[in-house]
Amino acid sequence: MSAENERTGDGGVETQEEPREESRDGGAVATDGEHLVELYKNMILIRTFEEATQRGFRQGKIGGYLHVYIGQEAVATGFIDAYKEGDRVITAYRDHPFPLLLGSDPKSVMAELYGKGTGLVKGKGGSMHLFDVENGLYGGYGIVGGHIPLGVGFAYAMKYQETDHICQLYLGDGAINNGAFHEAANLSGLWGRDGMNPCLWIIENNQYGMGTSVARSTAMTDLGAKFDAYGIEHEKVDGMDLEAVLEVAHRTADKVRETGQPYVVEALTYRTAPHGSADFFEKYRTKDEVKKWRQRDPVGQLEHKLLEREILDEDALEEIRAEMKETIDEATNFADESEEPSVEELYTDVYAGEDEYMGEE
Amino acid sequence: MPEKTYREALREAMVQEMENDESVLLMGEDIGVYGGTHLITDGLLDMFGPRRVVDTPISEGGFTGAAVGMAMTGLKPIVEMMTWNFSFLAADQIIQNAAKVRYFSGGQVEVPLVIRGPNGGGVQLSAQHTHSLENMYGHFPGLKVVSPVTPNDVKGMMLTAIRDPNPVIFLEAGALYGTKGEVPEGDNAVPFGKARVAREGDDVTLVSYGRQVNLCMRVADKLEEEDDVSAEVIDVRSIRPLDEETLVESVKKTHRAVAVQEQWRYFGVASEVAAIIQDKAFDYLDAPVERVSGAETPAPFARNLELAAFPNEDMVADAARRVLYEKVV
Ligand SMILES: Cc1ncc(C[n+]2csc(CCOP(=O)(O)OP(=O)(O)O)c2C)c(N)n1
Ligand SMILES: [Mg+2]
Repeated sequence: MSAENERTGDGGVETQEEPREESRDGGAVATDGEHLVELYKNMILIRTFEEATQRGFRQGKIGGYLHVYIGQEAVATGFIDAYKEGDRVITAYRDHPFPLLLGSDPKSVMAELYGKGTGLVKGKGGSMHLFDVENGLYGGYGIVGGHIPLGVGFAYAMKYQETDHICQLYLGDGAINNGAFHEAANLSGLWGRDGMNPCLWIIENNQYGMGTSVARSTAMTDLGAKFDAYGIEHEKVDGMDLEAVLEVAHRTADKVRETGQPYVVEALTYRTAPHGSADFFEKYRTKDEVKKWRQRDPVGQLEHKLLEREILDEDALEEIRAEMKETIDEATNFADESEEPSVEELYTDVYAGEDEYMGEE
Repeated sequence: MPEKTYREALREAMVQEMENDESVLLMGEDIGVYGGTHLITDGLLDMFGPRRVVDTPISEGGFTGAAVGMAMTGLKPIVEMMTWNFSFLAADQIIQNAAKVRYFSGGQVEVPLVIRGPNGGGVQLSAQHTHSLENMYGHFPGLKVVSPVTPNDVKGMMLTAIRDPNPVIFLEAGALYGTKGEVPEGDNAVPFGKARVAREGDDVTLVSYGRQVNLCMRVADKLEEEDDVSAEVIDVRSIRPLDEETLVESVKKTHRAVAVQEQWRYFGVASEVAAIIQDKAFDYLDAPVERVSGAETPAPFARNLELAAFPNEDMVADAARRVLYEKVV
């Protein structure tokens, strides 16, 4: 699996031993052909996975809420490329790409969405609560803004434990209007002053929180600039352009790792899919707007570059699409055929410790 | 009488009061341009404009607190919690300010505020999006808490809620927005603190509220068919104040009771119902009061686990049979 390679830093980059050094010196990582091909595969993996989940949802095989990442693939793909083993990743409910990029088996990710016992969290959490702690993914949270303080806590703890790990903390534009965000940002800035908060804040600014645009939710629409109030540096990146994201991701992750100080990247992106898969009404935006953004689709842009630079030809692209389709078909079949969790699982994992609490019979 | 959905009935009450009273306004996330996540407020922005249908950012603590301030200043805000799961972020404002400010101001202010939204689970939204909070809010003096289940009651209780000079926690049966029932035109205000006898019976009293009332109605049919038992079903509908009298009168007749709730067993409304019955009708009881509740775990995602986590027909029927031990054949 390509994601495996990314995680171990063995992604076919020019300087194999020190791929991260490259980026610091001028972004050579981003232009390396093989590396781009690997990341293209990841983006196709995500896109294909998400399209399959939408089908599963329509077929009634996936219940509950389903929020897909279509249109935003370059953001997670670029930043997770800067992930190093031992780092932590935390996000909200639009979380499917993260386990896929961090090396979870797509089969168990899909099985979770299908509510099966073979799922990533045993069928207990569903789409919004994906965790794969072994691979650095600490969730998957459903309350907007609720996970943000946790990420700041991870960062403090990782310094406290004298590691050089960082936390990648993802949040939506809508979450910035929530109280938890402001309290946590203040803490992050405060603790960061003493080098105790290696937290890379990644704002997935997809322009909307459900049906409310950024402009309709705050009078100060420069989201990164909100962090000025908390003493945290920030910059913006075109979140539809994988190469741009990649450069920023490696540079800022390295910086956070070295300084123990937080840093903010506001990735400008767009969710071309509806907010949730049950949402049919899109009164809040025009078809034209969606169309316009589709023309900047991150997958399409990358394909264009790969062709233009003659890294891949049409046949090679098609081959990759077919390969990823096969992976996802397998995952979907696996999810479909897996058993539901056993009913005893209802009462497990409520408390930690030897004497597992079994509740009422 | 016209048939309407729960959704239409609820909306009708709000429209009616907004037309009657300029001080009533709506606030919440995506209630205007988007039309409301559950389409309760669809079209109201066009009818009343953006000053009276206020789309808010995702700032539950902020806008709920602001609504308390508006209420203290003579407005009558109706705040939509997109779902009650998000009200934990506003709980400080609801509990510390809305519920108490009248008291700790020595009666100098009042808080005519309604906070409404869907409550309860059942559609695989898993742990963070599945709560029944009537016991939590019902715990706090200063709040009124209601949980209507029929289209008639949702309209009538919303009218009462808007007119009430106190903060009202209005817990809607989200799973039932599309269900239909008879709803009178005009003013059908339903008073708080008065339970509804949803079905009369002689042998056992099934007590519940919200979505569980429909479950109890099905169980009552089943008991009649399978056991020749006549069950009375009481829809509490007003959690605080709670209608003790109707409960006690019913138990005096049936001598047996089962309280059903979706929320967790410990410290819940069903426990309160059981306590009231043993307090006020002890001498009439022929069996201990049974409680049927949700499983003592956060809500799971998988459909089979979710079904196992909530009260079902068999669980309620079996509880009824247990309290009827003398009668079951
Ligand atoms: C505290 C809270 N309020 C409301 C919601 C309902 N809700 C779910 S997603 C969402 C929009 C969030 O927007 P954003 O943070 O921009 O993330 P995006 O969905 O765009 O990725 C809302 C309002 C919630 N889950 N939690
Ligand atoms: Mg957003």
